[in-house]
Amino acid sequence: MEAAVHLRGAVCLLGGFPALAGVDLAVAPGEVLLLQGPNGAGKTTLLRLCAGLVPLSAGTGRVLGLDLRTEARAVRRRVGLLGHTTGLYEDLTVADNVRFWARAAGAPTEDASAAMARLGLDGRLRDVTVGRLSAGQRRRAAFAVLLARRPHVWLLDEPHAALDQDGRDAVDHLVRQAAASGVTVLLASHELDRAVAIADRVVDVAGGAVSDPEPAPAAPAEPSGTAPGTDPGTDADPAPETAPETARVP
Amino acid sequence: MFRDATLVAGKDLRLELRSRVTANQVAPFALLILILFAFALDPDRVVLDRVTPGLFWVATVLCALLAVQRACSVEHADGVLDALRLSGLEPAGIFLGKAAAVAVQLLVLEVLLGLGVVVLYGARLGGWLLLVPTALAATVGLAAAGCLYGMLAAGLRVRETLLPLLLLPALAPVLVAATQAFEAAFQGVAGEGLRWLGLLTVFAAGYTALGIGVFGVLLEDA
Repeated sequence: MEAAVHLRGAVCLLGGFPALAGVDLAVAPGEVLLLQGPNGAGKTTLLRLCAGLVPLSAGTGRVLGLDLRTEARAVRRRVGLLGHTTGLYEDLTVADNVRFWARAAGAPTEDASAAMARLGLDGRLRDVTVGRLSAGQRRRAAFAVLLARRPHVWLLDEPHAALDQDGRDAVDHLVRQAAASGVTVLLASHELDRAVAIADRVVDVAGGAVSDPEPAPAAPAEPSGTAPGTDPGTDADPAPETAPETARVP
Repeated sequence: MFRDATLVAGKDLRLELRSRVTANQVAPFALLILILFAFALDPDRVVLDRVTPGLFWVATVLCALLAVQRACSVEHADGVLDALRLSGLEPAGIFLGKAAAVAVQLLVLEVLLGLGVVVLYGARLGGWLLLVPTALAATVGLAAAGCLYGMLAAGLRVRETLLPLLLLPALAPVLVAATQAFEAAFQGVAGEGLRWLGLLTVFAAGYTALGIGVFGVLLEDA
């Protein structure tokens, strides 16, 4: 099976500084991978690279069969990134935000309501402007956006930050549920006990390099352009046309 | 592209409805400009009569500056730009949506300013067949150029102070052409204003096309 995320010798230079220095990594569809390492190790850059938000300076990278150099825009539509910021409009309500980003991704607006409910954002909180929410509630709202957009790959940077116990449990549950439905999850966290419990595999990130105890599978000789779950040997059209831009998480 | 534009325009107008920045801050600012000019020029009513079209458009351009700054700043708060890049929205659609939302707000402000010049300056509005298309073309031009330069300045740390320096010279043709067309309309010689209306239409179409073409690059660099 082709890896959902496959990096080989990936180098990322940010302002001339090698934030990633030759990363080899393969993540299988439906796998939850924990990236652990100290501050400044390159975890956030690695997640942003997989989202197509920072350029690949050298090496190769494919996400869902799509080339990070030439098909970054298609990659972006299929991944969801929960970073240190929320990506929410402060003057819009929670419901406005979740509905807007869901519609932008082409997901049904009913999913927005369901996503808010699953993050405990139903009732009064839906109609509160984001600027009036606590940090934890904003984090829940940002996670609801991610859920409503239905991406195939979740890139989570400190997803437990600012959340209370219920919120952390909800995030853990959603991550496992998403993985069970075939969504690939890359997770960077300093809350190792909790993160290790939901991860299928743990890799160390240090100095922009990744130590993966399990060797990455060989990359396909020719870019297949197929999405996870499709057989590279079939006559399927290239991924940008055939791979749905949203995934279904039960 | 047009689906995305509608979505973004709806979001920006909803933002205005929730925050009421234009209603509570920009609109009073516009009226304040008219009042200050009235104080400064009132002793010489002849001068005030003659410069009314110019004052109207100076006030409109300054309001456009504020509206554009607001429209671009909301996209820079708390990781929204990254979210936009990941959203799947077409950059051209984002540009058109933002420009449309700014244009709607400017049109409302222009109606308010129109009432202002009638009440404060005693202006007699006429030549509606020239006045209305001039206002529409100028507004589209202001909104399109504003959103383009707003996003251009958005990636820089000094965007708040840089935007007026970039935008105001670029809007000078709108100021001149719209003022001339309004003067012609007020004087009842609409035919003389048509060439200025043509210039405004070319300006609006040019900046709209440019924005559709390059907004994706600006979004990446912001």
